[in-house]
Amino acid sequence: MTLAPTARPSTVTSLKVRSGRLVELVLVVFAVAIVALAYVNVSIATEDRLPTDVWWHVGLFGVLPLALHVVLRWRARYADPLLLPIATLLNGLGLVMIHRIDVSQGLGPTDGVAARQLLWTGLAVAMAAVALVVVRDHRVLRRYTYTAMAIGFVLLLLPMLPVVGQEINGSRLWIRIGPFSLQPGELAKIALTVFFAGYLVTTRDALSLVGRRFLGLQLPRARDLGPILVAWGLSVLILVSQRDLGSSLLFFGLFVAVLYVATERTSWIVIGLSLFVAGAVLAWQLFSHVQQRVTLWLDPFAPGQSDQVAKGLMGLGHGGIFGTGLGEGYPYITYFPASDYVIASFGEELGMIGLFAMLLLYALLVERGLRTAIGAREGFGKLLAAGMAFTVALQVFVIVGGITRVIPLTGLTTPFLSAGGSSLLANWVIVALLLRISDHARRPVSERRLDPTTDRAHPTEVTP
Amino acid sequence: MGELTLNLVRLGVIVLLWAFVFSVVGVLRGDLYGTRVSHNAGPARATRETRSERRQRKNSPTHLVVTEGRLRGTSVPLHDAGLLVGRNPECSLVLTDDYASGRHLRIYPGVDAWYADDLGSTNGTEVNGRRIGTGVRLDPGAQIRIGQTVLELRR
Repeated sequence: MTLAPTARPSTVTSLKVRSGRLVELVLVVFAVAIVALAYVNVSIATEDRLPTDVWWHVGLFGVLPLALHVVLRWRARYADPLLLPIATLLNGLGLVMIHRIDVSQGLGPTDGVAARQLLWTGLAVAMAAVALVVVRDHRVLRRYTYTAMAIGFVLLLLPMLPVVGQEINGSRLWIRIGPFSLQPGELAKIALTVFFAGYLVTTRDALSLVGRRFLGLQLPRARDLGPILVAWGLSVLILVSQRDLGSSLLFFGLFVAVLYVATERTSWIVIGLSLFVAGAVLAWQLFSHVQQRVTLWLDPFAPGQSDQVAKGLMGLGHGGIFGTGLGEGYPYITYFPASDYVIASFGEELGMIGLFAMLLLYALLVERGLRTAIGAREGFGKLLAAGMAFTVALQVFVIVGGITRVIPLTGLTTPFLSAGGSSLLANWVIVALLLRISDHARRPVSERRLDPTTDRAHPTEVTP
Repeated sequence: MGELTLNLVRLGVIVLLWAFVFSVVGVLRGDLYGTRVSHNAGPARATRETRSERRQRKNSPTHLVVTEGRLRGTSVPLHDAGLLVGRNPECSLVLTDDYASGRHLRIYPGVDAWYADDLGSTNGTEVNGRRIGTGVRLDPGAQIRIGQTVLELRR
């Protein structure tokens, strides 16, 4: 944007464009080294010796991001160099913690949950590579706006079907096909982000232009409220039928966030938040399982209820500032120490210092996503990148907020850390799409490809 | 393995974790210092201009200036690639005018002058009081009205 405030114009030019691939390679190796050290740490603490086959295990993990790095050199030379190392480090730390919980239950590195998670990591990284190779240009995804909507809604509603749907721990979030159980909501969030971005990039003019001003807010017309009401209705439906406050909040929050990015109207956030609060209060009055969550949040130490939150808080307290050290605490006392409560496990063993480093990693990951959105030169890519970055941010907020009693606890997965294949798959595909968009955004003018979706209404791409 | 080794490894994990965070932030500084702002007009021309070209250039406008509306006083250098005017953030001149469309107007160089296309905007564009379609020649000093904003080409 070359908006010069004075008559004397300023030109803003980038310095020599660096692809950043070397930086990425160095940081990926660094990340794998940290994971290796953490793995050794667990082994020394629990078994007082170096892990057997340490090179083999670390190599098996390390070869995955390195392979993706090669794919990036081949297919997305100018992609953001920081996304891959951060995702690698988080995923690796998750593996180490899952292995550590395995050890506490007498399982070795080959027969525990960690081995399966490593398998899923391989599958997820492979999917990310496939996404990078197949989606040569993210603007192609805009053609599938309504297909993505259909896929997203079907995936969301799948667990409610009688045969494949499964209720685990009071939430209907899983489907079971043969030996595999999947959480389709995780994959739905990608499809829905594509839909929201594609839909709002075409309708944002109508949603942002007209309306009256009231108390400094530009309010939309009543008939433009349709889309937000539909999104709200759907999220309430998820809340009621699947009993899952987390994904309900995730989908509605995602829609409102993309809507806000698309229109720049604060009033949408106000409207969205008040709708959500109204829905949540209604659900709280009507459903006993929501009431349980709220009392658990307000008073986790009250007798006669689940002690999950209390145990998590005890764990965090036991860790203190410096933590007990990997393999020296008791994170396995909490329920789901490797999936829902993995953050509490890290808080206990790495302490506040370690946990803050990990939260910073998330913040940096989200920042890279939003930076990609700023750099993208067309609306669809902007909204897609902002939406994807926001899902990661909101998911981390909901689960960390639940564990630390900022909001009522809901079972969302922690991106990259939690044991669970669908979440890992979804998050690696999100990283792949962000890499694709950032490659497009950072590519120097001389190497740009033409728009594959050329239409006559938008004849030229103007580069200031 | 002694207690000392264990503590060293434990400390190492935390230190390396933070070292990683800081090295990532170090790379991020590229975002802050990665651009160069030069206060001289226009990009350097690759080839030498002939005298007649230069004379013609002297007469042709170099800036698009907002003379009325919220962005009054803003000027944008004209580019050989043309420029887009509208409310979308990807436009070269981003209007904050509620009557402007996302992609409202395109201004591009022709053989002898600058031309404008209305990109099918909702509320239309007027040049010197007449509503325009596509391929309209812009003479220096022509008043281009988009909603409550008036633009003008200047030298």
